[in-house]
Amino acid sequence: MTEFATQTTTDGAAHLILDGPMTIYNAGEIKAQLMSGLSVAAIVELDLSHVNEMDTAGFQLLVMAKRESQRQGHTLRIIAHSPAVREVIDFYNMDAFFGDPMVIPADH
Amino acid sequence: MEELYSVFAQEAREQLTAMEDGLLRMEQGDLDGETINAIFRAAHTIKGASGVVELHHIEKFTHILENLLDKLRNGEMQVSGELITALLKGCDHIGALLDRVDQGQMDADETLQQSGETTADALRAFTSGETASGTETAKMVPEASVGTVERTGGDTAISDCWHISIRFGRDVLRMGMEPLAFLRYLLNLGEIAHLATLYDAIPSAEEMDPEACYLGFEITLRSHATKDQIENVFAFCRDDCDLYILPPHSKVGDYLNLIEHLPEESLRLGEILVRSGAVTQEELDQGLRRQKAAAKIAEATEQPTPQLGDILVDKKMVQPEIVEAAAAKQKQVAEKKSADARLIRVQADKLDQLIDLVGELVIAGASANLLAQKSKQGNLVEATSVLSRLVENIRDSALQLRMVQIGETFNRFNRVVRDTSRELGKDIDLIISGAETELDKSVVEKIGDPLMHLVRNALDHGIEPAEVRAAAGKPVKGRVELNAFHDSGSIVIEVVDDGGGLKADKIQAKAIEKGIIQPGQVLTEQEIVNLIFEAGFSTMEKVSNLSGRGVGMDVVKRNIQALRGQVDVKTEVGVGSRFVIRLPLTLAIIDGFLTSVGDYSYVIPLDSVVECLELRDDATRGHMLNLRGEVLPFIRLREFFDVESPPPQRENVVVISASGHKAGIVVDQLLGEFQTVIKPLGSLFKHLRGIGGSTILGSGEVALILDVQALTQLASQTEERRHPVAHAAAIEAH
Repeated sequence: MTEFATQTTTDGAAHLILDGPMTIYNAGEIKAQLMSGLSVAAIVELDLSHVNEMDTAGFQLLVMAKRESQRQGHTLRIIAHSPAVREVIDFYNMDAFFGDPMVIPADH
Repeated sequence: MEELYSVFAQEAREQLTAMEDGLLRMEQGDLDGETINAIFRAAHTIKGASGVVELHHIEKFTHILENLLDKLRNGEMQVSGELITALLKGCDHIGALLDRVDQGQMDADETLQQSGETTADALRAFTSGETASGTETAKMVPEASVGTVERTGGDTAISDCWHISIRFGRDVLRMGMEPLAFLRYLLNLGEIAHLATLYDAIPSAEEMDPEACYLGFEITLRSHATKDQIENVFAFCRDDCDLYILPPHSKVGDYLNLIEHLPEESLRLGEILVRSGAVTQEELDQGLRRQKAAAKIAEATEQPTPQLGDILVDKKMVQPEIVEAAAAKQKQVAEKKSADARLIRVQADKLDQLIDLVGELVIAGASANLLAQKSKQGNLVEATSVLSRLVENIRDSALQLRMVQIGETFNRFNRVVRDTSRELGKDIDLIISGAETELDKSVVEKIGDPLMHLVRNALDHGIEPAEVRAAAGKPVKGRVELNAFHDSGSIVIEVVDDGGGLKADKIQAKAIEKGIIQPGQVLTEQEIVNLIFEAGFSTMEKVSNLSGRGVGMDVVKRNIQALRGQVDVKTEVGVGSRFVIRLPLTLAIIDGFLTSVGDYSYVIPLDSVVECLELRDDATRGHMLNLRGEVLPFIRLREFFDVESPPPQRENVVVISASGHKAGIVVDQLLGEFQTVIKPLGSLFKHLRGIGGSTILGSGEVALILDVQALTQLASQTEERRHPVAHAAAIEAH
């Protein structure tokens, strides 16, 4: 299913990589991983460039994670978006909410 | 877990009551939009709550009602008697399901299931004629009805786009549906000019269910499609979401209505305007920027900060009504929140404990007072009197906690009268007065059954059939009244009907038949009428479903007496009957008036004391007193209670009033006001006439509390019976 990897960067931030789908089928697992990632460091960076599929359930979890980190006074950043992720956030008009610059590759 | 269900059942019942009240009012002709909305909200709340506690059978059933109510409030259906009856049956079924929940049964048994199906079918029959395609129609926000918006012509069109407002239900994802798919499909119909995602409903991280859907959307769609086509996009999820569609060039009024229909949340004014589509995000941002700037200026110049709404109106971005409606809605939300916050659930026995303690406090305070007075130390006396005053206040507040309005009990009878009069084929109105009269919670609970019996009697036997009434020249519509009011320390509840009255000859005949009285006995008319309270009495030949089983009136009387109350009846043949129930206001602590006879102390409830005076022998004759021209029967407590010590030089009379009669109580000394904690006498003393309890004085002695009703009756009756001639002469002479 989806693989998760956590690294710690040099400036103490937690770097969380998700590889695989973020959908309702593994929503529970994703939530647990996100929550645990948030508890690791005050700055969490999500690398979603390998998320090949995202549906509303997955999207909701991102919203939840962002709100939770805000509530804790921490930071959550999405540092890389796959096309699937970009499309959903775009369609739902939530770029501003996540506040992360989305890099649009030159070939689009 | 159990508590969760019991709280659910309790709150669901409150909603059911609200629904019933609203439905009955609708039937009476109340077609106000707010009434039907309130009924719908109640059903919606029950449905939602039952989903939360996972009682899906209740959720499913309530959904059927909610459906119907929704169509009603959208004007897609007309109100009719049959519809109301079906809806009320639906409420009854939900009530029965809740009863089972209370018993720990989380589903319906077979019989209940079957009756539920019948009711459900009856309800569904009302909607089956509505849609040809079989899918529900989306809610059209109802046209601005009378009372909502006055401004007509000249309303500028806000937008040339469709405005779609959708809130997906919690289970949408679990059921395999994907909001993205629905929304993307809209692109087939036109262009999405704007989409706002509403995620306020997402709870905290711990509470969030990863498989539930918490999202809503406000969509501006530029399209030439028809409303049906747009609706059809959401056909598959229609049942599980809230959907509103506003066509292009909608009037200002329509947006105002949409604001009203949106679910309640704490909203910033700006968000509401965006959701309503009245302003775009850009205009809002601009308005916000200006507000921040204006606030800075206001700070500097000490002027009030212009509200966001004002700024937008100023810049001609928004019509004033929309701003007002949005502000009103915010105020509504805020008010509702504070109203909810003002109530607290308390367990009844905790309250009882508190009142017991207050009682002990009153007694302890009295003894402290006494000691202080004996010590004759000025500041100590003052301190204890301050203490006494505070204790009195606490006492009053504590007792107030147990008071509830009788209106709730009375309102239940609306339904009873409606159903019963239909059953009997009679047209009967129920008129309620004094609903805000308060009495002790436990009394309210216990008075329900006797009242029910009296009302049913009035409906069944009291009010005559229509033909009889017409022949007698009475209005065909019968009238039953429920009245409640305070009267000299008691609460009075009346059940009045304008029916045929009680016929003394019939009663007498029946009483002889049942062996309650002998054929030759001579009784006054009132005494004959009072025979209906004897055990085993009933004059109805036909035992109907409601009454006539011969277990009625005596049980009613006993129930009322158990509450230390009384019931009387006044009747006039052809005119009607009036049943009067008198109950004491509180059962625990009262204001008393302390008196003494010899070495004994007696307390008279202060509420029944009219005045006190010195007893002058020359003003008496027999046991009558001339009170400024009025004849007053009196009782000498010394005689009544066989007190042996010699009487003092001067005796005093306390004039009391009960049930409209006055009497005098002759005592030795008047000792003033006294907070009386009523301690019930043991069962050994139950049959003492004239005594209604006891209390403990500050000195530790026991004082008896006089039963004012009994004494008054005794005083007037005794005098009447014993010396009818002297009685009359005395009245004449004075």
